[in-house]
Amino acid sequence: RRDSSGTSRSNWKINTMIMKTNNSIYLCRQSFFPSRNSFFSLIFSIFFFLMESLVCASFIHIHAMKVKVLSRNPDDYVRETKLDIQRVPRNYDPSLHPFEVPREYTRALNATKLERVFAKPFLASLDGHRDGVNCMAKHPKSLSTMLSGSCDGEVVWNLTKRECVRTLQAHEGFVRGMVVRFCGTSFFTVGDDKTIKQWKMETPGYGEEEEPLNTILGKSVFTSIDHHQKEGVFVTCGQQVDIWDEQRSSPIRSFSWGVDSFSCVRFNPVETELLASCASDRSIVLYDMREATPLKKVIMNMRSNTLCWNPMEAYNFTCSNEDYNLYTYDMRYLDKPFTVHMDHVSAVLDVDYSPTGKEFVSASFDKTIRIFPKDSGHSREVYHTKRMQHVISIKWSSDNKYILSASDEMNIRLWKANASEKLGLLAPREKAAVNYSQKLKEKFQHHPQIRRISRHRHLPKSIYSQSKELRVMKEARRRKERNVRKHSKPGSMPVVTEKEKHVVTVVK
Amino acid sequence: MFNSIPQKSDPFPGSAPVPEEKLNKFKRGVKGELPPRPQYKLRDVVIRSEAASDLAQKQNARYDLMLPEDAGFLEGDEDEDTCTISQDDIVDAVDITAGAKYFSLTLSQFGPYRLDYSKTGRHLLLGGRRGHVTCLDWQSKQLMCEMNVMETVNDVKWLHSEALFAVAQKKWLYIYDNKGIELHCIRKFNDVLRMQFLPYHFLLATASATGFLQYLDVSVGKEVVAICTKAGRLDVMAHNPHNAIIHLGHSNGTVTLWTPNQREPLVKMLCHQGGVRSVAVDKTGTYMVTSGMDKKLKVYDIRAYRPLQSYFLPAGASCLSLSQRGLLSAATGDIVQVYRDVWGIPVTKPYMAHRAKGSVWGVHFCPFEDVLGVGHGEGFTSMVVPGAGEPNFDGLDANPYRSAKQRQEWEVKALLEKIQPELIGLDPSQLSQVDHSTWEQRHVDRVQVLGFDPLAKEKFTPRLKTKGRSSSGKVEKRKKQVAHEDQRDVIRQTVEDRMKIDKERKEKEKKKAAAAGQKSALDRFRK
Repeated sequence: RRDSSGTSRSNWKINTMIMKTNNSIYLCRQSFFPSRNSFFSLIFSIFFFLMESLVCASFIHIHAMKVKVLSRNPDDYVRETKLDIQRVPRNYDPSLHPFEVPREYTRALNATKLERVFAKPFLASLDGHRDGVNCMAKHPKSLSTMLSGSCDGEVVWNLTKRECVRTLQAHEGFVRGMVVRFCGTSFFTVGDDKTIKQWKMETPGYGEEEEPLNTILGKSVFTSIDHHQKEGVFVTCGQQVDIWDEQRSSPIRSFSWGVDSFSCVRFNPVETELLASCASDRSIVLYDMREATPLKKVIMNMRSNTLCWNPMEAYNFTCSNEDYNLYTYDMRYLDKPFTVHMDHVSAVLDVDYSPTGKEFVSASFDKTIRIFPKDSGHSREVYHTKRMQHVISIKWSSDNKYILSASDEMNIRLWKANASEKLGLLAPREKAAVNYSQKLKEKFQHHPQIRRISRHRHLPKSIYSQSKELRVMKEARRRKERNVRKHSKPGSMPVVTEKEKHVVTVVK
Repeated sequence: MFNSIPQKSDPFPGSAPVPEEKLNKFKRGVKGELPPRPQYKLRDVVIRSEAASDLAQKQNARYDLMLPEDAGFLEGDEDEDTCTISQDDIVDAVDITAGAKYFSLTLSQFGPYRLDYSKTGRHLLLGGRRGHVTCLDWQSKQLMCEMNVMETVNDVKWLHSEALFAVAQKKWLYIYDNKGIELHCIRKFNDVLRMQFLPYHFLLATASATGFLQYLDVSVGKEVVAICTKAGRLDVMAHNPHNAIIHLGHSNGTVTLWTPNQREPLVKMLCHQGGVRSVAVDKTGTYMVTSGMDKKLKVYDIRAYRPLQSYFLPAGASCLSLSQRGLLSAATGDIVQVYRDVWGIPVTKPYMAHRAKGSVWGVHFCPFEDVLGVGHGEGFTSMVVPGAGEPNFDGLDANPYRSAKQRQEWEVKALLEKIQPELIGLDPSQLSQVDHSTWEQRHVDRVQVLGFDPLAKEKFTPRLKTKGRSSSGKVEKRKKQVAHEDQRDVIRQTVEDRMKIDKERKEKEKKKAAAAGQKSALDRFRK
């Protein structure tokens, strides 16, 4: 068979169809005198002339060959109309894609550079407080609502509009702590005026007065409050840890263990009857709400300011300490923390976990915020601005995307949790590109050039020099210890690891 | 109730199997051993990533079955050599568009011609020895520009796209755009004889009559490096598409391999007795074909630098070119022969042959087409060589049917992922391998970079003490004490080591004795 080729479009299609079905154009050409060799044809003609009488068929020279030449139909490779998207035929054969690794490396390098270029974490500053902001609370049901308490009153914020929704004068003096009830309909505040107040979440209607639902007058100043996850029970701390029933005006249980002041108390989010508190005698105390006495406590070298339970691995908690470090403990083994998180250059004031439980954010007196992976000793990110003063309170939003920091200079700041993330809806291709570059960055993260760029952060000069100074001090201490060990009786100076160094004792 | 309904079982459960050889095509590297169980996190990461790569490999292999085009071929009758089939026969047999790919341009005035195809295979660039330069879309026969540079033209080369090309003229190197407008005259590059373009690095490598190998970064217009090869006139050049290494052939029969990162050749191979006339490297970077003045055609494995085959061609080959699917074209005088599979079993006959009108000056296979371009004294011939080109192109890499918009997008992407010249090396995948260098090696490197040893033990200088305690005798004594202490440390260490070894040996012997004691029940009768 032989194709008759036409030039018109319709013929084209028919031809290619035939080609596709047969894959080869089979040619069988019969000729008496093959044209390609004149010498042979001459001999043949003489032969033919001489042997004319013989059977004709024996002289037919049959020339059969199979040939196929690449011939593409452009219609298969270009779009039909201008409204279509362009066709991109793919062939993943590795030999058509040389330099796979160097090209991927270049892409990873570019992605890392772009990540640093687009790292603009600061989103907004919510100003309106007339005194330093002391505490904040997340709304358990609404992402856009957030509460903040300052040294003179308190405010409810709407985050999507970045504006204040409601202001109320809750206490005289500092608002020390606030928490939203698990149902989201009301919230509790404690203040320096020795009162616990419960408020409705709804704004009072026109003409109604801003009145608390409940007011409890306590005996001493309360410093912190937390609410039970499921029941109408809340806990406060001050001179002791008190557990309150919402229906009663006196605590249903009080715990104290030889100390006169607690700074923070938190319910465990999973094992809901468990509590942990930070005390001013440098200890962290664990309680079971159902028992009359505390469970156990660990005493450390310096005082812990706050603590936060890991919402996913709820046997872990992280405490922020005065000695510039954060410590993650497993509540079952308190004899040493399983990670010491260093990097801050001043006391750490607050800590909050991300809802995924993989990272947490810490606020420090050194005017910076740092984000730590939960099992890494050093931070992956540091946020600071020129105007942000000592950061007192910090919260990680429930959608894992934002961080809120409250600081001394009356502002609440909204940050992105992932500094270079693009906000808003992503197109599917955009999402795929982001995932791809993320994977590439991971693949080549240990290459020195890429690591240098991805780790680079600008720090204020004071913090930079302080951290350098701290490093020198630490190195000097280490050197001295080594020398002492070298010149003392073998075994008399045991090696104390960094984790063991900060724990004094565990009391049960 | 439900059991009463007869249920059909799937006769082919699971996903369809993928042939092993297809899978092997997409394999990258070899699987290493899993890390031991105590390193469970790393182990988990390795297991996951291997599973992902297996899946990708399988999906690629599956996709490979759906590729639309098949490669061309030419099969003769039984006892008929395919090399006797003429171009006219093939043109008669195939469809009209494929037949139109056999054509000749009669340009007898300014020849002989050198030629180059663009990366997509759409565009052809011709440079006549006596100054005629032309570029055209050879499939539609559309002329893009034609000019005479009024100077000798040694070589022509497309740059990364069909918008720019470089011409090595008598004195300098020039860059023109596709309208024929001179964009640059690069006076740093003089007396260039041969050029190669490395598309993923955006480097134009030139070899000059003065023995210089120079690299020009065409994306920024800077010379990357100029290497004096000290090997005389360089008129034989090829590049390895797999690892971007430049191969130079010399008049003393050696072939040298070069990167821009090293002043000396990476490899020097003695390939021929007498000068090297032409070199070609295949797409996978496995084979190198050379031809020399000794009329031999040799095939080397350039991963092991091992000769594979040696052929004798009566007239010797002046130009060589390898196609994407591994066909070799060799020009001897005015005859162009095409060989198939020269590195396998020794071939005795060419696959195809064609006589050009004049002596051949340059041959080049067109990418993604079954076409071999031949530049000769009387102009240019495009001949049809079935089975030469890769049938399925990748639209994101080199798309012959791309629109202007697609080309622009590709250009931006390609420029963004331009590979830096420092990354050129013999093994392009080295970057993904684990750096196993020992602490000692890294320390040596560090010392070399810094110029001093940061960990070197500083020499003990006794502190100056007063009240006659720094007399030279006392100082010497203190020095001795310190030296003595160091020596004692060394001795202590060696003694400890020896004790340890002794202890181990003794324990081993004890165990052996115990084992020997249990060996036989008859041992108790032994005296």
